[in-house]
Amino acid sequence: MNRNIVIKTENLIKQVTSPEGTLTIVQDVSLEIAAGESVAIVGASGAGKSTLLALLAGLDSPTSGRIWLAGSDLTTLDEDGRAALRAARVGFVFQAFHLVPSLTALENVMLPLELAGGANARTGALDSLARVGLAERVGHYPRQLSGGEQQRVALARACVTRPAVLFADEPTGNLDTATGARIGELLFSLNENSQTTVLLVTHDRNLAQRCRRVITMDAGRVITPALPGA
Amino acid sequence: MRALRMALRSLAREWKSGELGVLLLALSVAVAALTGVGFLVDRIGLAVEAQANEVLAADLRVSSQDPIPVDWFTEAQKRNLKTARVTSVLSVVFNGEQNQLANLRVITATYPLRGKVTIASEPFGVARPAQRTPGRGEIWPDSKLLAALGGGVGSMLSVGAGTFKVSAVLMSRPDEGSTFADLAPAALLNDADLAATQLLQPGSRASYAALFAGDSNAVAAFKAWVVARNNDSARVRDVTEASPQIRSAVDRAGRFLNLASLVAVLLCCIAVAMSARGYVQKHLDSVALLKTLGASRVFTLAVSLIQLLIVALASTVIGSAAGYLAQQWLLQALGDLLKVDLPNASWSPLGVGLLASVAVLAGFAFPPLLQLSRVPAIRVLRRDVGPPPPLLWLAFGPAVLAVVGLIAWVVRDMRLFIGFVVGLTVFLGTLALAGWLLVSLAARMRGAVGVAWRYGVANLSRRRAESVVQIAAFGLGLMVLLLLGMVRSDLLTDWRRSLPTNLPNFFFINIPPADQQPLERFLADNGARGTRFLPMIRARLVEVKGQPVERRRDAAQGGPTRPRAAADARGGPRGSVGGFADREQNITWTAELGADNRIVAGQWFTAADRGRPLVSLSTEFAESLDLKIGDPMVFDVAGERFAVRLASIRKVKWDSFQPNFFIVFAPGLLDGAAGTWMTSAFLDRDGRRMIAPLVKRFPSVSVFDMEQLLGQVRSVIDKAALAVQSVFAFTLFAGLTVLLAAVQASRDERRYESAMLRTLGASRATVRQGVLAEFILLGLIAGLIAAGGASVAGWWLAREALELPWEFSPWVWVVGLFGGAGLVSVSGWLATRSVIFRPPLATLRGEQ
Repeated sequence: MNRNIVIKTENLIKQVTSPEGTLTIVQDVSLEIAAGESVAIVGASGAGKSTLLALLAGLDSPTSGRIWLAGSDLTTLDEDGRAALRAARVGFVFQAFHLVPSLTALENVMLPLELAGGANARTGALDSLARVGLAERVGHYPRQLSGGEQQRVALARACVTRPAVLFADEPTGNLDTATGARIGELLFSLNENSQTTVLLVTHDRNLAQRCRRVITMDAGRVITPALPGA
Repeated sequence: MRALRMALRSLAREWKSGELGVLLLALSVAVAALTGVGFLVDRIGLAVEAQANEVLAADLRVSSQDPIPVDWFTEAQKRNLKTARVTSVLSVVFNGEQNQLANLRVITATYPLRGKVTIASEPFGVARPAQRTPGRGEIWPDSKLLAALGGGVGSMLSVGAGTFKVSAVLMSRPDEGSTFADLAPAALLNDADLAATQLLQPGSRASYAALFAGDSNAVAAFKAWVVARNNDSARVRDVTEASPQIRSAVDRAGRFLNLASLVAVLLCCIAVAMSARGYVQKHLDSVALLKTLGASRVFTLAVSLIQLLIVALASTVIGSAAGYLAQQWLLQALGDLLKVDLPNASWSPLGVGLLASVAVLAGFAFPPLLQLSRVPAIRVLRRDVGPPPPLLWLAFGPAVLAVVGLIAWVVRDMRLFIGFVVGLTVFLGTLALAGWLLVSLAARMRGAVGVAWRYGVANLSRRRAESVVQIAAFGLGLMVLLLLGMVRSDLLTDWRRSLPTNLPNFFFINIPPADQQPLERFLADNGARGTRFLPMIRARLVEVKGQPVERRRDAAQGGPTRPRAAADARGGPRGSVGGFADREQNITWTAELGADNRIVAGQWFTAADRGRPLVSLSTEFAESLDLKIGDPMVFDVAGERFAVRLASIRKVKWDSFQPNFFIVFAPGLLDGAAGTWMTSAFLDRDGRRMIAPLVKRFPSVSVFDMEQLLGQVRSVIDKAALAVQSVFAFTLFAGLTVLLAAVQASRDERRYESAMLRTLGASRATVRQGVLAEFILLGLIAGLIAAGGASVAGWWLAREALELPWEFSPWVWVVGLFGGAGLVSVSGWLATRSVIFRPPLATLRGEQ
């Protein structure tokens, strides 16, 4: 695999069995994403965007095909192996924020560093929270924060390990336009400053347009060029 | 280490979510039930252990109904052994007009050879070791006796023909003989004063003990010497044989109480399983998130396990503390039923508590946690994805193992194990079925009630499985408590009330033949309603159907056994089945069949049977030895052998309170034997005054006040029932934890429902009424089942086990229904209040 390619898939297929029969959610997707690139996956609801994101991040396993993430073949790793890879190389931002309600903002941000076994988790987390402008609210629990603040904590958590790839699933979906725009701003400034690859799924046209590349999906297939320069 | 940090960090917040709280409560109740009983049994066990060598007050103790031969004492002294003599006789003690039946222990100055007598300066005062025995002319009554007689140190008490000065109050003697106090109060007297009391007449009911102590080899050799000369009428015990009976009694009682506490533990298991399920549901998202952030499955499992382990440790501490306090309270409540100085409990019940708590968690919480750790990371994006279905053995295997392990550890007996498991399953199954039927019935009637009640009933029937579990769990505890309450009050009172008021209430035994007619006249002259006089003599069955009793017993028991003590032979009604052939019996002979005796086989003695070798047996006696009319038997009566045949079998109404015997010989056969007489009489309030002159005039006659004895028996039964009731109180608590666990599991659902109802315009009052209706109905159904079950069990107990008349007790239903509804509704209301009164907007927005 080319050293600059951080994500690559070959003939990726994801099928699920339902009472109506076998459903193909992701169909024959082959794509490459270079390091430092920002890519938006767009498409109608049910097009398979989130499933593709989950497959690329190693949260789910494909029915067939292969995926490489940060140099590792995900299809050869078991669940714990994929988790270890995520801990070291991947950050996440979700639509529903997904902060651990029982931990403070600081503890939430420390979590990935601690899971990866890194030293100075507290310093790193404080630094990361300061970068998203929440230095004053480190001791607050998620329910004491607004939606925008919660997403900034999530962003700080996603970036604290300086991941190779940042996956974002509808990061502005639960926020009003102004807050969403601020989060988008933050996301791209992080991408530029730390050369992190950003792969996001979004319905937010403004957010998608800020990405270097937009991949459009329909009925499980990629209908716009999936390979850079293609 | 990272898992530990994570577990500790989120523990405080987890606590607020409630599942861990219910888990802690359920485990604490389980641990409290087990350790409470554990501490109690442990302390009594330790006391028994400590007293093993003192319980005889000697190294070797020979007890008999006949005086111990003097040459035995001489022989012991020759062998450099110390000796002491105790003569026990029941007699009435007087302080002026006040009188009380007491167990008089007449002792020599060397008593006790082992252990200590403790005394005090006032009744129930501070005990101190006695430096001597009562001197001549002195008496040491115990607190109970003095309290009954109203005297104190310095009072003069009359015993038989003598008068004695109280010089100390007896607090304890080493050979009180058993953990449970003798029914009659006791007093110590000097051996040299025995003759002055004139209590001992030929044929009097006294018992004798010879105490020996010294070098262990000399004691062993002397024991062999005694056994070789013993004609089986005396019981010879040394230290090794002193405590097994008590120990096994404590063991049996302990096992029963442990079984009772196990019921509570098993109910707590249900609550633990419910809370663990709730914990898992709440943590599906966070575990998926942790995995997304890179946590391994082992890490997520470790975090949950550490939190559970902390809960297990906390529950052990809280539960054990509660168990210890409960045990202390129970000991206080039992008062003088346990008459030993209890040593401090050992730490072992704590280990048991921790082990039980870990076992319950491992069985009922570990499998769901294992499932939790299997939730895939993809759940962060798709909330409909949960963990894969569990393997059957993994879902139920640990639970079955934990339950089987706990029960087996407590019962340690295969038959009892199967009995307990089958019994409890059938019992809980029946409760659950009744609960299911009643919930179904309530659901059908919901159209007939208002909106709030309809909402409550609908909730009950929608969560039917949970409702039935709660009803069964709560109903079980309530039922047992109601039943024990019924035993404590109604059954015994009903029995007493059901007897005619003029039944004989005094028994007179040890009546020398010469006193028989004077006493009969005395009773008649003083207006007492007397009953028949029957002669009485001790006899032992030595051969049955041509076989020596010894061999029959060996064949039945599969090996030779030590003959049981003749000292046990009180000849009262209801001996143990095995005991009939073992021990000496009081027998009588008469031509008249009392109205309280009914012939069920054979024929009563006719005039022609006078002097013929015939015997009539009670049904209990005949059945225990499998005897039929015409079967031959040989009795040893005062050293003379009588070969007789069974002429009739009688059903005896023992509660007629008239003299009755298991064994009745044909008249004329034993006329020459030196026996005593017995009778009973009814004395009204005024008539009781004649007891004092009666005892003065007939000093060797022993008088039993049945009212007093019954009162004491009742107090013992009452306290034993209280002990069992206290243990079953834990079952009720366990039922409540099941309720809390169920409420906890339905919190999110309830929160959403009440938000919806209020959004649709329902007032807070309507929502409140609906929730209350649900819990009141739940409690009413549980109470109904409990009261019904307790009544049926009470009826069965009264009719079949105790043979008492049974009366419907309305209070069982009142307490069952109101108690059930009250407890459940208050607990349920407290548990749900915060949930249903959240602002609906917050709930519908999905705020935590």
